[in-house]
Amino acid sequence: MSIVIEHMTKSFDGTSVLRGIDLTIESGELVALLGPSGSGKTTLLKIIAGLDWPDAGGLRVHGADWLHLAAQDRRIGFVFQHYALFPHMTVRDNIAFGLTVRPRAERPGKAVIAAKVNQLLEFLQIGHLGDRYPTQLSGGQRQRVALGRALAIEPTVLLLDEPFGALDAAVRRDLRAWLREVHDETGSTTIFVTHDQEEAFELADRVVVMGEGRIEQIGNADQIHDHPASPFVARFMGATIELPVMLNAGRTEAQGLDASRLQRRALPDGPGTLFLRPADVTPLADPSGRWQIVRRTSNGALLRLELTDGAQHFGIDLPRRAPEAQGLSPGARVNLRPEAGTIFPGPRTSQPTAATTEFPRKEKSL
Amino acid sequence: MSTLALSHAPGQSRRMPQLLIGLAFVLTAIFVVAPLAFIFWRAFAGGWAVYLANITDPLVLHAIWLTTLVAVIVVPVNVAFGIAAAWAIARFRFPGRKLLMVLIEIPFSISPIIAGICYLLLYGRQGLLGPWLAAHDLKIMFALPGILLVTMFVTAPFVAREVLPLMQAQGSEQEQAAVTLGARGWQVFSRVTLPNIRWALLYGAVLCTARAVGEFGGVSVVSGSIRGQTNTLPLQIELMFNDLNTTGAFAAASTLTVIALVVLVIKAVLESRR
Ligand SMILES: Nc1ncnc2c1ncn2[C@@H]1O[C@H](COP(=O)(O)OP(=O)(O)OP(=O)(O)O)[C@@H](O)[C@H]1O
Ligand SMILES: [Mg+2]
Repeated sequence: MSIVIEHMTKSFDGTSVLRGIDLTIESGELVALLGPSGSGKTTLLKIIAGLDWPDAGGLRVHGADWLHLAAQDRRIGFVFQHYALFPHMTVRDNIAFGLTVRPRAERPGKAVIAAKVNQLLEFLQIGHLGDRYPTQLSGGQRQRVALGRALAIEPTVLLLDEPFGALDAAVRRDLRAWLREVHDETGSTTIFVTHDQEEAFELADRVVVMGEGRIEQIGNADQIHDHPASPFVARFMGATIELPVMLNAGRTEAQGLDASRLQRRALPDGPGTLFLRPADVTPLADPSGRWQIVRRTSNGALLRLELTDGAQHFGIDLPRRAPEAQGLSPGARVNLRPEAGTIFPGPRTSQPTAATTEFPRKEKSL
Repeated sequence: MSTLALSHAPGQSRRMPQLLIGLAFVLTAIFVVAPLAFIFWRAFAGGWAVYLANITDPLVLHAIWLTTLVAVIVVPVNVAFGIAAAWAIARFRFPGRKLLMVLIEIPFSISPIIAGICYLLLYGRQGLLGPWLAAHDLKIMFALPGILLVTMFVTAPFVAREVLPLMQAQGSEQEQAAVTLGARGWQVFSRVTLPNIRWALLYGAVLCTARAVGEFGGVSVVSGSIRGQTNTLPLQIELMFNDLNTTGAFAAASTLTVIALVVLVIKAVLESRR
């Protein structure tokens, strides 16, 4: 079932939450919605599920207009962040719920439902928990039950809102691989929401980065990492260093900066901002260098150097045993050589994230 | 308050809490247990036979019957109203929502006797709607409908107040989950919403029953205290008391007390299950 979202907008009490979403998801695709808190991910998911309605825009699934279809008739599987299991029902009854509420004519027989539930319990690897109540389960087990309940109605579209948000890292990794299997096995079109970049990139075919009610970029890990479409995405992907630079015939220039490893960009001459991830910068020891090392900390594998040039303060990371790392101690001066980075034209904004719109939305690459 | 604060001060002995606990027990004994015990003591002062005769007096029996009837009608109506109001307030944003929340509380803050007088001024013979009601041969005041109306008014908040916080705390995710699974409105309510609030609902209904059975002030205004017709149990007790039939009054009071105690036990059981 392909999902087509067109020009969708939504506001709550005058605050825009979705500001024109256009998104097409192919049948059988597994897509992640990634974005900071409040960017409208849940709202978008709820609109697809029919639990909320947009102010304007279209939603077509497999060619059919879904905005005029009641949530009950959409046959989607929705998994809530906090599971929303029915506490007064056993695991079995929770999973069977979607089948038992069907109109009598369409409802499978008791034996059929029981068999189906058993099959799902096995598939979810919680066969021994069928007669427990949700309060008697661990978080990971509840998550499986929630997924089982959604899968019981054989949904063609599966929507998951931060499915692993409340679980610890080990369980998350487990469930992640397992969700991929479920997706492949059921052949449903799946959208899941997450805060976690690693999760999004590892699991999804495509990642949709959302920021403040807009889609900032769509792509896979490499595309989004190497070519962020906006300063917002660059920052969200961990580029915490923003250096003011001058662009000159496609070359990046700034005092103390060795830009030899950076690609030339087809950008207009003038001021620009270079976005760098702390691990993509090599310090070059130089007694008359622009930056001074203020602090040096180590976690064993990585070294973190806090640098300042008087005006700006930031940290860079490098392997502790790297040759460049030797002899770098507080007080020493360095210049910097970015190994990779993204340039957006325009001066640096003092307030990160607040003023992303000052930049053109697309970086022009060579 | 200051004495309470003192009990936490370092160096203070354990005396203060013990003193307070003792005081609480003594006061409870004086103000609650003693009068209750006194009711039963006086009710049985003339012996078991006299007690039975008093209880089975036709007027008392009629009062018991009327009180039961009022409770049987009022409690279900208020349960339905309470669920509807709590549902609307917890689940929807609509103009006048805050106002509705305040309105539900009003019966708690208004003295029941004032409610009775309001109804009298509205539906009574000299009241605003009096002539119209008389013309259509409808009798509300000094009859069962008036008693029902006032009792409903006085007990209106109980169920809504118990159910609302629970519904608000629970949020609507479970209901939304049910909807995505294909449940229709009624199925969502009966299979998800209702089971979730059932204890609070029962608790509210129990409180509502206790109050409906015991209501005096408002009912006394609108019932007209017609013996054998519009006298509920509390009114009958007062009447017997004024007639200097104290043993009879206490006997009737003992039935009311038994009802109250039963309700109290149910309430305690419900509370422990929550
Ligand atoms: N029912 C509502 N009424 C008013 N505002 C709402 C409502 N639901 C969401 N919002 C607002 O819409 C914005 C987007 O909310 P949404 O839940 O979609 O964000 P999100 O991307 O899912 O965030 P998170 O990652 O924290 O879950 C938020 O600013 C939120 O306050
Ligand atoms: Mg959310």
